[in-house]
Amino acid sequence: MTRPIPLLLAALALALPLSLLAGRVWIDPTAPLGSEAALILAELRLPRAVLAVLLGAGLGAAGAAMQGYLRNPLADPGLFGIAPSAALGAVLSFWTGWASAGWALPAFALAGAAGAMLLLTLIAGRNGGVVLFTLAGMMIASLAGALMSLAISLSPTPFAMSEIVTWLMGALTDRSWREVWIAAPLTLAGIAVLRAAGRGLDALTLGEAAARSLGLDPRRLQLLLVLGVGLTVGGGVAVAGIIGFVGLMVPHFVRPFTDGRPSRLIVPSALAGALLVLVADCLCRVLPLAGGELRLGIALSLLGAPFFLHLLLRLRRELV
Amino acid sequence: MLAAESLVLPGRLHGVSLRLRPGEVTAICGPNGAGKSTLLACLAGLTLPQSGAALLDGALLAAMPPEARARAIGYLPQVAEVAWDVSVQTLAGLGRLPWRTGATEDAAAVDAALTALDLLPLAYRPVTQLSGGERARALLARVLAGTPRWLLADEPLASLDLAHQLALLAHLRACAAAGMGVVLVLHDLALAMNHADRVVVLDHGNLVADGPPDLALSEPVLAQVWGVNARWLGEPGQRALAV
Repeated sequence: MTRPIPLLLAALALALPLSLLAGRVWIDPTAPLGSEAALILAELRLPRAVLAVLLGAGLGAAGAAMQGYLRNPLADPGLFGIAPSAALGAVLSFWTGWASAGWALPAFALAGAAGAMLLLTLIAGRNGGVVLFTLAGMMIASLAGALMSLAISLSPTPFAMSEIVTWLMGALTDRSWREVWIAAPLTLAGIAVLRAAGRGLDALTLGEAAARSLGLDPRRLQLLLVLGVGLTVGGGVAVAGIIGFVGLMVPHFVRPFTDGRPSRLIVPSALAGALLVLVADCLCRVLPLAGGELRLGIALSLLGAPFFLHLLLRLRRELV
Repeated sequence: MLAAESLVLPGRLHGVSLRLRPGEVTAICGPNGAGKSTLLACLAGLTLPQSGAALLDGALLAAMPPEARARAIGYLPQVAEVAWDVSVQTLAGLGRLPWRTGATEDAAAVDAALTALDLLPLAYRPVTQLSGGERARALLARVLAGTPRWLLADEPLASLDLAHQLALLAHLRACAAAGMGVVLVLHDLALAMNHADRVVVLDHGNLVADGPPDLALSEPVLAQVWGVNARWLGEPGQRALAV
């Protein structure tokens, strides 16, 4: 069995400095650094790269934990409705015009995520069942989606509407250190919480009854999952909009290199997610495209949808 | 001593009392819907009765810390689910989850469980590549790796052919001989008759017979509970049911 963590760390250590060089202005690492290049590096490229790493790490870890919790390789962190609720919060900040005040957008988005987490926790109640919980998450997701559409259709000005739609497409363009300081503590705390859920997720491999017979407290596991997914996904949406498919795809790349236990998947998935988003964002920046730059959220969906289809076909083959 | 005292769960159990001894193989029998699985889940501390209590050595099961309970009572559910394609060794290792002991101790317990069930040659095989019988043994190894004092299994023989049923029963018998209390929900009355030390018969949530197999599964009980006129043929230990 190969050890995925050192390998992924090495790959990240290689990709991060390389990603700083690429963009509309290519920076030649052999030439002396001009003041303009230094400014681009320190204030644009570095925070953007750090943000990509954080975002990918959070989504990868959340995806791995969700698949473990639902015992289903097709699960995605979006299923709990936290991402759409955070997006709804962000949309409301545009809608009310508060978004122009710097801190309002992430604050609104985080409030949306917190609202979804609270609702999920209340619904979880004393029951600890996975099915009811997941259905509740899906209801929250569709409700948030409907409210978002309502807000867009009633948007006060066409300008606000286009702003909302563009933001929803998820991107890391023009982000600064401020967004890094918002996302970093939330993401890291979230990954730590998800790691703590690892033992419970391992027990769930055997089904709910066997897991409880092994001493699992289903309520506690649910709370850890809501908190962990809420922090990572909520923090991610607050700074970058909705970025799909990372949480779905990444655990599949990593799983063959682990012993199959969900607890062993969380940290490698975080690292692989970081790598994927970093490289994808870099490609978005470099790809020549008339009328601006390819949005990260769109790029990952373009990549993710065929992957999902491939996964479904493979699963079907295995079931036959 | 694992005991049930007047367990009541509306619609499922109506005041079932029972004292189980370690070192014995006890079979719980009864028609569909008699409450067998519910009784087993209560004895495992997984289902809380509305009134009455399950006790382990005199202590309330419901009041025990879940991990302490898990170290004492191993439970094998009816549905043999393994969500991820782990190896046999990793699967057995999941039985160590309640222990929080060091890696060496865990590995030793897993090794012992795999050895006891003749699974060492398959230790690195993914569970998806196991036959039905191997899979049932691997799942039992998961329970044994937790070194419980009680083994509660819900129809562990249901999906196995006759040879594998007998092999698994021999393993369970060996567990009881080593001092473990073994409690099985069994549908096959001949297997219960020939292989259990004691049989508990449930019907509509009531305990209707409890004792040595010859008495608990006597022909009048079969007629009363299952509604079949059947006769036991053959010698003790090799009985067959003629319907």
